[in-house]
Amino acid sequence: MVTTPWESDITALLKERFQAAITEFSTYLGQSFLVAQPEAVIPILETLKLELDFDYLVDITAVDYPKRPERFDVVYILYSFPRNERIRVKTLIADGYRPATAIPVYATSNWLEREVFDMFGIEFAGHPDMRRILMPEEWEGYPLRKDYSILQQDDRWVRDNLGIESGQ
Amino acid sequence: MPDATFLDATELVINMGPQHPSTHGVLRVILKLDGEKVIGTECVIGYLHRGVEKIGENRTYQQFAPYVDRMDYIAAVSNALGYCLAVEKLLNIEAPPRAQAVRVILSELNRIASHLFWLGTHALDIGAITPVFYCLREREEILKIFENYCGARLTTHAFRVGGLQYETYDGFEEETRKFCDWLIPKVDEYETLLTNNRIWLSRLKGVGVLTADECKEYGVTGPVLRAAGVKWDLRKAQPYSGYEQYDFDIPTAENGDTYDRYTVRMEEMRQSTRILRQAVERIPSGPIMGKVPKVVKPAVGEVYVSIEAPKGELGYFIVSDNSTQPYRMRVRPPSFVNLQALDRMVRGGLVADVVAIIGTLDIVLGEVDR
Repeated sequence: MVTTPWESDITALLKERFQAAITEFSTYLGQSFLVAQPEAVIPILETLKLELDFDYLVDITAVDYPKRPERFDVVYILYSFPRNERIRVKTLIADGYRPATAIPVYATSNWLEREVFDMFGIEFAGHPDMRRILMPEEWEGYPLRKDYSILQQDDRWVRDNLGIESGQ
Repeated sequence: MPDATFLDATELVINMGPQHPSTHGVLRVILKLDGEKVIGTECVIGYLHRGVEKIGENRTYQQFAPYVDRMDYIAAVSNALGYCLAVEKLLNIEAPPRAQAVRVILSELNRIASHLFWLGTHALDIGAITPVFYCLREREEILKIFENYCGARLTTHAFRVGGLQYETYDGFEEETRKFCDWLIPKVDEYETLLTNNRIWLSRLKGVGVLTADECKEYGVTGPVLRAAGVKWDLRKAQPYSGYEQYDFDIPTAENGDTYDRYTVRMEEMRQSTRILRQAVERIPSGPIMGKVPKVVKPAVGEVYVSIEAPKGELGYFIVSDNSTQPYRMRVRPPSFVNLQALDRMVRGGLVADVVAIIGTLDIVLGEVDR
């Protein structure tokens, strides 16, 4: 990704506050994002919300890179009504790492984190209700992981619940 | 004579849906009741999950375009607009001005169609049978315009990455103008049926209040947010597809209750006709398709692009790895996020209000479940 450095009052404050915990401030096609250490994400979100007016968490999602040691990108998309500005907070985590939940900062994280768990198997530490949300609760496997083929399914679940050998 | 333990059992858990006419699809809500009062809810969703995001990763950029219509099938054109804008952003191109104007016209028609459908079904849920027939009659005229334009009525696949596939047909402008002239008296007519209707008022006023702070906390957007008094609309805040050229207002209300959401959506239909009138007057001439490579292969990178869909902020987060298929295709659906606020809205209310509140949220389960 060919990015340009991102500098503004936001980056100045965050750099001073978090220093080495934020490894990158970049802009790609006019959209700004920062990359942070996983432990620092919640304090960063808190600072962004309380001191920099990012009062609306748009989305939480993940991207799977199976060949990387830190397998997943977890992406938080934020928007600020007063500033009319959108930024992304990104963090890289290994498979099995449990990032802290963002519910105390943004209540909307609840279902969004459940969906990330459902699709990628990333468990959020401290989430009060870490269950699947779109897939059936007993389903095995995480469909949006790259090693999950588009034709793959939980054969046992399909047999037991639908009474057919295969949905394909 | 019931024994003491029976009288102690004040909590009742009942199941609503997924087969229930007022849940607008296959939504299951588990309600915990104390008499008539709702003391807790749980939404069970996913019945319509088709793995749209996974399909997106396994199709080329152009192949995926028809799939997005099947999320919010009431407003297919808006889904397509958001998707095309996101891919165009990733390619760093823009659709030509003529294509942008036609996109605005079709999207605004679709916004009216979506709001009409909402009004009809919402009124039906509350017990007013008449409006649904009128609303679907008016919506039919919009679907006819879609059909004349691209051959499809609901899942239109109207737009392509980089512009449009089809030129407008003869009489497109005239039909749209005629529709606007025709619709406004009809909207006034619905208002005579509902706005001051005593039953309508007592079912809607003060029901399912969601304040501006709560909306922001829960990420709720669209008419629900505007009804709480936040004058925010992506068409104004971060204009796309040439919306900055058109003159229109963002209707808001103060109380954030079900009635306010009704008035906001009614006014939004009127504002959409204002945009339509301006847009059909000045559709620029020129090409309808930008310079898009035959094989769409964006450079490595990621973008998030969102639009003001009829139901709120609809966003696409696309990651490209410089291949012909998206590496990651995330859809941020307004219905999914708005539905999360249901629990907050119904808690402490009456069980009969649950139906009114599900209706006023204007969710489409195809988009909630994807």
